[in-house]
Amino acid sequence: MDIAAANSTTFLLGNAPRGFSGTIQGLHVQAGGSSLSAIELESQLIEMGFVEGARVEILHEGAIRRDPIAVRVDNITIALRRREAMAVVVI
Amino acid sequence: MNAGSIHLALVGAPNSGKTSLFNALTGSRQKVANYPGVTVERKTGAFVTPTGRQISLVDLPGTYSLRGRSPDEEITRDVVLGKFPGEALPDLVLCVADSTNLRLTFRLVLELKRTGRPLMVVLNMFDIAQRRGVSVDLEALSAALGVPVVTSVAVRKGGTAELIRLTDEFAARTRAATADNTWKPLGIAELKALQREADRIIRDTVKMPTKPDSLTTRVDAVVLHPVAGLLILALILFVMFQAVFSWAQPVMEQLSSAFAALGQLVHDTLPSGLLQSFLQDGVISGVGSVIVFLPQIMIIFLFILLLEDFGYMARAAFLMDRIMGGAGLHGRAFIPLLSSFACAIPGIMATRVIDNRRDRLTTILIAPLMTCSARIPVYTLIISAFIPARDVWGWVNLQGLVMFGLYAAGIGSALGVSFVVKFFMWRDYQPAPFMLELPDYKLPRPRSIAIGVYTRAKMFLHRAGTTILSMMVLIWFLASFPQPPAGAEGPAINYSLAAMIGHGLEPLLAPLGFNWQIAVALIPGMAAREVAVAALGTVYAIEGGKEAADQIGQVLADKWSLATALSVLVWFIFAPQCASTLAVIRRETGSARWMIITFVYMFALAYVASLITYNIARALGAA
Repeated sequence: MDIAAANSTTFLLGNAPRGFSGTIQGLHVQAGGSSLSAIELESQLIEMGFVEGARVEILHEGAIRRDPIAVRVDNITIALRRREAMAVVVI
Repeated sequence: MNAGSIHLALVGAPNSGKTSLFNALTGSRQKVANYPGVTVERKTGAFVTPTGRQISLVDLPGTYSLRGRSPDEEITRDVVLGKFPGEALPDLVLCVADSTNLRLTFRLVLELKRTGRPLMVVLNMFDIAQRRGVSVDLEALSAALGVPVVTSVAVRKGGTAELIRLTDEFAARTRAATADNTWKPLGIAELKALQREADRIIRDTVKMPTKPDSLTTRVDAVVLHPVAGLLILALILFVMFQAVFSWAQPVMEQLSSAFAALGQLVHDTLPSGLLQSFLQDGVISGVGSVIVFLPQIMIIFLFILLLEDFGYMARAAFLMDRIMGGAGLHGRAFIPLLSSFACAIPGIMATRVIDNRRDRLTTILIAPLMTCSARIPVYTLIISAFIPARDVWGWVNLQGLVMFGLYAAGIGSALGVSFVVKFFMWRDYQPAPFMLELPDYKLPRPRSIAIGVYTRAKMFLHRAGTTILSMMVLIWFLASFPQPPAGAEGPAINYSLAAMIGHGLEPLLAPLGFNWQIAVALIPGMAAREVAVAALGTVYAIEGGKEAADQIGQVLADKWSLATALSVLVWFIFAPQCASTLAVIRRETGSARWMIITFVYMFALAYVASLITYNIARALGAA
């Protein structure tokens, strides 16, 4: 599937509320969204288990602007900021 | 290297239990270069197998890949690839995996295979995994990965027997032909391919429960709650500092009277004269006044190690990320900054986990403002001499409260400095990402904690026996020579070199309410802050005789005004009184520039804050 042309049923993990549970459709890293290069950010996300098909659930969010978020990725829990979670396309 | 011995390297993801495996294998036979942050510094150790083979091993910094995105991870990569200067290429790499969380480690294993180093996979914490319903077909797994796989329970006696046996067997074989190194930094596509392969292997050989650890889920519901979580964090820190102050007290009093008795023994046995004065005033009262603080230092390290082993530190970073972000700090800076409460040196070294250079520099710059354990002796001494030990609000010890206030002042100023740095120097940059695994909670293993506290206590005593002892000898010398002329009036110290130096510095420090004795004590205090206490002890002991040595607190209460005492307390919040910290900043930042910046800004803060404190206190009548 072409992630860039994500259709209306997919959205970005960074926009999801606490309690959201879904599946990763893919990664779509936009340049400039983070201080890391797109390749570096994508590599890090993959290393932390954000790969196509992984089950994700937002377990917790921080006190200020509901950021960062704690995400269950299959069987581990990862804390990350919403800014970086914007690179994760979920359904 | 002699024929029988081999060299191992431990590699693994953060939280894989690598450090407890390392502790289980080596026991107390380990060497840490300098103070360790948690697995940040180079840790080496050794053990002997049942067949008598010598094994040396190195515990490498935790990493998810060999990409080396932080200085820390670069060390791991370079050692494994044999590119690290002065570090032996490991004969065997042990890749340690948390058995409840195999995905990320298996991808690392597949990546490590490409380096051509002989490899063995250790499924650690296997007992927890089994209890949670994980079952592994070890033979199939070993075949699929193409490397030997062994299970271990680092926390149980005998839990590493199988690992040691296999290592021994490996070493006994003729050197396994090492494959060629075909490792290259992985592109996105390769990374994904490796992860798919790792997932396929797990699907084929491992049965995983689908449910997350229910205890961790329940605890996190409270601990990571936006409001309750922050309150709990504040409570933990508060209890920690109350404990440092009150639990240690009885032991400290005993140590203190033991040293006083020892000094008295020397006084009674030896004829009075220079040797008696040297041993009693220089060595025993000087070093003794520092060793007394051993219990407090052990308690603070105990707390830090416990929080780390429970898995709470990562949660604290999660809770603090946005709050610290407001001050321009990265969430990951929380762990180095918390370590700095023990000592800024491991704290600054632990900043290697921060991959962004700007975030790392800011953290290094403010780490020395965190109240390190070397300040405890200074604070304790002055607080117990000047602040009454009564309860306020019925249950809070006033002395503990002042202590808490000093810690709070350190934290507050650190956040302020960070904010200023971010605002003026790095206004236009995107914040670096924050990505951190929150491990399942685990019960810390007493033995591992004990080894950690023991290692640090040993280092502190070693320092007391070397740096501090030599400084004390120097101070005694300065305070004793030249001897007063025959028939001179007043205490002998008034004629000494120390008095001359002190009087020379007095004009600079007098506006802060510091007398010349304080000025003298501050100079050796550059070697280590706690030496200032010992130096005051020596100066006043030589001035006032043995009663003064026994009761340094009493002497201070007589000789200083409350305004001076408060001014000295405030001075120690900020002053760059630690040559080793400055040296580490130089080493870690690779330039003298950041060291000089740190020194100048801290000195300026200390001077201004003490000046203000002294004058306000006097205006309020605390003369």
